[in-house]
Order: sequence, then C-alpha cells, then structure tokens
Amino acid sequence: MTDWLDALIQGVLLGGLYALFAAGLSLMFGVMRLVNLAHGDLIVLAAFAILTVASTFGLDPFAAVVLAIPILFVVGFVLQHVLLNRTLGRDLLPPLLVTFGLSIIIQNGLLQVFSADSQRLRAGAIETASIPLGGGIAVGVVPLLTLMSAIAVIVFLNFIFYRTPVGRAFRATSDDLEVAQLMGVDVNRIFAVAMGLAFVVIAIAALYLGLRANFDPTIGPARLLYAFEAVIIGGLGSFWGTLAGGIVLGVAQTIGARIDPEWQILAGHLAFLVVLAVRPRGLFPRAQD
Amino acid sequence: MHLLETNKLTAFYGDFQALYGIDMLLDNGETIAIIGANGAGKSTFLKSVAGLIRGAADSVLLDGTPIGARPAADIVKLGIALVPEGRRLFPSLTVEENLLIGGYGRKAAGPWTLDRVYSLFPILRERRSSAPSTLSGGQQQMVAIGRALMSNPRVLLCDEISLGLAPIVIADIYAALPQIKVEGSSVVLVEQDIVKAMKVADRVYCFQEGRLSLAGPPRDLTREQIHRAYFGS
Repeated sequence: MTDWLDALIQGVLLGGLYALFAAGLSLMFGVMRLVNLAHGDLIVLAAFAILTVASTFGLDPFAAVVLAIPILFVVGFVLQHVLLNRTLGRDLLPPLLVTFGLSIIIQNGLLQVFSADSQRLRAGAIETASIPLGGGIAVGVVPLLTLMSAIAVIVFLNFIFYRTPVGRAFRATSDDLEVAQLMGVDVNRIFAVAMGLAFVVIAIAALYLGLRANFDPTIGPARLLYAFEAVIIGGLGSFWGTLAGGIVLGVAQTIGARIDPEWQILAGHLAFLVVLAVRPRGLFPRAQD
Repeated sequence: MHLLETNKLTAFYGDFQALYGIDMLLDNGETIAIIGANGAGKSTFLKSVAGLIRGAADSVLLDGTPIGARPAADIVKLGIALVPEGRRLFPSLTVEENLLIGGYGRKAAGPWTLDRVYSLFPILRERRSSAPSTLSGGQQQMVAIGRALMSNPRVLLCDEISLGLAPIVIADIYAALPQIKVEGSSVVLVEQDIVKAMKVADRVYCFQEGRLSLAGPPRDLTREQIHRAYFGS
C-alpha cells in the first residue's frame, strides 16, 4: 500500500514538471492558436542558455535562470514578431512547417555548439535533499519545488490573463482577431508579448528539466510530446486544466512504472488515449474552444 | 475642412471589387445614414473607414489627414470606432471586460468612462459580471455600443444596430443616440430600416451594388428617388 501511495505522490510531483513543459504551449495555443512543434527544443535551448549563464558567471542555476528570463523574453518577443507572425493566418500548415524547421535548426545548432554530450544543471546539495513524510515515504526537494513552481506559474498566468489589461487583450484577440483590432489592439505586438511570456515559462521549465535529469540537444521532441499530451488531457486554453493534465500524465507514468518499470512511458500515453476517447475536448476545456 | 471624408473610396475582397469610388462627407455633430439593399457595400464601406480593409491613404481623410492606409488598431486611436454588425462581443470576457477592452487603445481622457456608459445603459451595470451570451439581443447591442464609446470616438460607425431586435428594444437603442452626440461624437449609421434612418439622419447616402446611387438631406429626397436608388430602376 505504501508503495502505491508513494507512486501516487511521486506522480503528482512529476506532473508538476510536465505542467511546466505544457504551460508555455497552452499559452501559445490559447492566444495565437499556434501549434509550436519547436516547443520541446526551445525548452532544451533554454536549458543550455541557463547552463551557459551559470557556467560563465559561476552562478547557481536558480540565480542563472533569473538572469536568463529577461533575455529569453526578448528572444521570444523577437522570434514571434520577426518570424512566426508572418506564418499565422487561416492556413494551419505554415506555422507547423516553420516551427518544425525551427526544431531541426535548434537541435543541429545545439549539437554544433555544445556537442551531443549529456549536460546537467548543478545546484549542490539541494539536488539530493528530501523531506521524509513518514511511513517510508519521502519527497525530493527539487521535485517539490518543481510542483510549487508549476502552481506559481499557473497562478501568475491566470493573474495576467484575468486581472490585467494585457490579459484582456490576449483573450479578446483569441476570441475575435478582427474585432480586437477595432479595440486598438496591435495583434502582432500582443502575439509577441504572449510569446515572450511563453519563453519565461519555458525558462522555468528548462531549469527543472536540467536539475532533474540529464539533457542533450536531441531530447526536445519527447518533451514536446509530453507537453502536448498534458495540454490535450487538461483541455485546450485552460491553465489549471494543463496542470491537471500534467499530473494525470505523471501519475499514470509512476503507477505504470510501479506495475512494471517498462510500462512507465507506455502508461502515460495510454492515459492520454483514454482521456481522448472519453473526453475528446479534455478534462477542463474552455467553453468556446 | 470636414471631420471625415472619403474620396473615391474603393474596396476589394481578393479580385472582387465591392466599392466603386464612394465620396462621402461627415461634419462635426452630424448623423448620416447609409442605406441600401443586402450586398450593396454598406458594411464594406464601414470596414474600409475603420481600417479593416485598407486602401489608398487619401481615400479616407480625418480632419484632412489621410488615414486610408492605416491599420484598424491605429484608426480607433485616431478617433473612429466601429460597432460591428452582429455585435461580435468577446465571449470569454464579461460584460464589464468587454467595455474595458473598448478603451484599450485610447490615449487621452474623454467623456466616456465605465460609469458614463452605465448611466447611458443602466441594465449593463446590473449585468457587469455576466457572460455576453447570457444577455438578450438588445443588451448585447448596448454592450457593443458602449464598448465602442469607451474609446471616446469622434466618429462612431454603427453597422445595423437594429438588426434582429424587437421594435421596443430598437427604440431604446436609438434613444441613446442624442446623448452620444451631446458628448461630441458624430455618427455614421448603416441601417436597413429606411424610415428609421430618415428620421435620425442629417443626410442619407444610398448604395447600390457598391456605388453611391443617391445622397442628400432626408427632407429633399422623394419616395420615388429613394426607391429607384435602393432597388434600381
């Protein structure tokens, strides 16, 4: 019984990481209807950016991410303004093709600069620290921080979306692009701000990716798959749904691994398929999507 | 100098030409009405003035300044707001958020604030936290008009604001027009109801198949002239 409870708790904590992977994707789709096939690679790129900042300035990864966040916001803003805005329109194919190309470019660029060697963000004793819960169950500090950060990110994004003028502009643009322009919303700029914000979330996801596991330039597509599954399970356009989707995916994987270690990844995908079959619009879809 | 002027305004949807050289004038404090059958180009005209369909810079002049090539987000900041056909409220925003987003692009303070809109349409204050889809058609139209007013427009473009509404509701909506004009907005109405248009407008423009077929003050226009301009001979 304790083993199952432990699997459940570890699954919830793992779900925090998947929710972080997915939150940026959910934001992009929620505002721009952009399906970003380079999302996983952008997380890996951000992890390398944090690694570079940390090693160059001799910083702790937590400090390095604070430095990297404004840089990545600007990178996201410029990427959207200069490139991705040109691909958006009635046809869904151009953004898919361009972000797929971006994915290839990022992977190969990282291989060129950093080689195929696995990397890891080093944070010292906190990496192995844990909190005993009793009954032989303990939670790692980093996994706990990951879940707390995911919740903080979701609260922050909900605050931006539902309590600020720019959030109203995000939702209005998502509802009706043409009428949003009649309200004075510069949609190209709003999309760029949304992408900048998504890159901030990507930076936080990258921090925990690098702290919890090794990463190399080619692991982006698998992270994209988990992010997609979390977004779809949770329901398109809902941030809390995305967190729920990440947790469902994480719990399914740890329960699967408890049954048989070979079933970990498969169990996550099966949970995704079950949700898709039972609730095709996800667990918490936004009303008008 | 006129407040708003269109000069040989043309508009295209791809290869299809929807407007052919429309000349129109609007002065401060005026209300003009645009009438015409379905497909005559009335809504296209408003979209062109509002910047949703962009053309030659000097095809639309505001205070003599060419604005015909400016995007919609700039046009509203310059003082032209459109109440679109079918209301087109933002479904994920509450009534109050719909009103607030109307003031998103405004640069200077003006007469229209949330409180001023609520005093014009008191029912909206009661429904401020509601989703637009839960409102009646008339209430939705009030939100659409209030949303446009929140930008403090000098020119308010209204596209078929009576469409699909009961006569008593239409009367309520039209009763707000004098107050809107008092606050300094001139009004361009696209209206299917000719009698209603003739009653409120200082001048009437009739469109037929993308061309201006008749223009003048209502008192100078005969029933036969309007019939011919509306339906063709």
